[in-house]
Amino acid sequence: MSIVLYLPNDSAAISVGADDVAKEILAQAKNTGLDIKLLRNGSRGMFWLEPLLEVVTKAGRIGFGPVSPEEVGGIVDALAKENFENADHAKFLGLVEEIPYLKNQQRITFKRVGIIEPLNLEDYQKHGGLEGLKKALTLGSEKIVEEVLTSGLRGRGGAGFPAGIKWKTVAAQTAKQKYICCNADEGDSGTFADRMLMEGDPFCLLEGMIIAAIATGANKGLIYVRSEYPASIKTLKNAINILEKSNWLGPDIDGSGHGFEIEVRRGAGSYVCGEESAMLESLEGKRGQVKVKPPIPAISGLFGKPTLVNNVLTLASVPMILADGAKAYRALGRDKSHGTQAFQLAGNIKHGGLVELAFGVSLRELIEDFGEGTKSEKPFKCAQLGGPLGAYVNEEMLDLSMDYEALAKGGAMLGHGGIVVFDEQTDMAKMARFAFEFCAIESCGKCTPCRIGSVRGYETMDKLIAGENVDQNLELIEDLCAILEESSLCAMGGLTPLPVRSAIKLFPKDFGLEG
Amino acid sequence: MDKNNVGADLPKEICAKYQNNRHALIEILHDVQEELGYIPEALVPEIADQLNVTRAHINGVISFYEDFKTAPIANTHLKICRGEACQSMGADALIEQANQLTAQSQGKISSEPVYCLGNCALAPAMMAGEKLIGLLDEKSLSKIIKKAGQ
Repeated sequence: MSIVLYLPNDSAAISVGADDVAKEILAQAKNTGLDIKLLRNGSRGMFWLEPLLEVVTKAGRIGFGPVSPEEVGGIVDALAKENFENADHAKFLGLVEEIPYLKNQQRITFKRVGIIEPLNLEDYQKHGGLEGLKKALTLGSEKIVEEVLTSGLRGRGGAGFPAGIKWKTVAAQTAKQKYICCNADEGDSGTFADRMLMEGDPFCLLEGMIIAAIATGANKGLIYVRSEYPASIKTLKNAINILEKSNWLGPDIDGSGHGFEIEVRRGAGSYVCGEESAMLESLEGKRGQVKVKPPIPAISGLFGKPTLVNNVLTLASVPMILADGAKAYRALGRDKSHGTQAFQLAGNIKHGGLVELAFGVSLRELIEDFGEGTKSEKPFKCAQLGGPLGAYVNEEMLDLSMDYEALAKGGAMLGHGGIVVFDEQTDMAKMARFAFEFCAIESCGKCTPCRIGSVRGYETMDKLIAGENVDQNLELIEDLCAILEESSLCAMGGLTPLPVRSAIKLFPKDFGLEG
Repeated sequence: MDKNNVGADLPKEICAKYQNNRHALIEILHDVQEELGYIPEALVPEIADQLNVTRAHINGVISFYEDFKTAPIANTHLKICRGEACQSMGADALIEQANQLTAQSQGKISSEPVYCLGNCALAPAMMAGEKLIGLLDEKSLSKIIKKAGQ
């Protein structure tokens, strides 16, 4: 009987040597004559353990990690003795699904990521894949929209707008041509959940898009993937081919009479193209400049046609909602935040990775229990929530509940679920300056507050950091923040004040003020 | 080969691949850059002709997106992440180091800061050509630069 091994093909795992480990495993298999079958999965999202090698045993999958090519020989020896359960090896982790980091999660959207071979349709179906779509085909447009409404699913891209309302609006349009545009321009620092899903379970996203097409009557889908994610682009293209061949995509999906096709488009290194109107402009082959709303894309979007714009995780949540029922999904979470969120622990943190949990978990549980504190082992200073346009929070705010409303009340935002941890060595004046600089670099340039305010912002921060007229310059910064917040066209300029003001408020000493 | 005539037939071929669809301009520019390493200015009029758009439109798109280069880049091009997650793990010092080392490489290596490579749990991150590298440190960075400079 062959020994079945799993090793991630995920870009992050490869970035720390997974391909070298794979090469070594194949070489060892050849040398020892052992019948080893090496399969490549997605990542489980425990990145400090990557490359994480898993071995299929009767008791379940056991793990070794992080594995270096030099350690492969020893592991293969242990495998040859077939004594997996008590493997005497420094990198032995036991049953992977018993690792508390994974065991204590509620994986719904990510339930298959790291478990299946991403492009194996049979494997996908064995693990519940296509069940949601099959259900959708029996329900029809109106009832699907109702299910999404009932589930309470909100946009996972950052804005948190109720997905069902968007779907309903697009479905109500009478245009013949409608589009589904999946926003996979995951540009926020500290986020990688979209990438993990696209690489680790691409069919799940495509299934969500097909369901959205049936619900809204759209006949063409586009996925806008940032160019920084070449592996996602490749995997999605392959997955689309496979679904076309098996008639889950094409002119007559599974004989239902619904026609839908999906195309993958590359971004080109622009952060602001994650804003929906800029993304649509980019999809039309133009500069990614933000447009004034209304009209909203649901009524007049891509090429002026009704367009459903949803984030990767919003769409990827839908198959499970339909398969398991909207009520089951709605029952999870807290207040008006229903279901689960893929929290991403990043930056200076010991156990960085993906933690999918129902809304309402505290930030402390995520950073301290899952993340186990800073990687540098220096005291925690702050965390930035929700990407470069998100607020900083300090130690005292760690008991905040991670849901849309509680965070908004605490002056922060969830965004796309990224949590970047910083230790005490961080200079917050420098981080505030960076917030302005980032806005200046990535601004689309259409509105003046964002284009010019951001530049004035970092120039003023430079003076402040140099100790020049600190009080006056802080007043100027506050003035700029007020203008940016109130008069920018989109969230790029509108939210830049969030990291700046929170840094000043929480860490006045870093700005030369008495604390 | 005439320097101003690099890949003269390329725009026609690539645009045809996309049925001369102007909405595919970003894909077309990516394809041109993949072939030549950059987008020579001399090719812009031909792309404009094929897609029936103005040269200004194409130049506007090229200049908007960070990915598109209008001059050749070095054989080894490093994209070092300067997102907040990578900054929290010391990316600024690595960028400084890369700048110094690439300046000494006589054009064999170039580098630029980028804003998030999506490898934030294994920060600092960098891309060397097509290869994503996690947990970058001074030692691994100088090794990569040394190897590329040979």
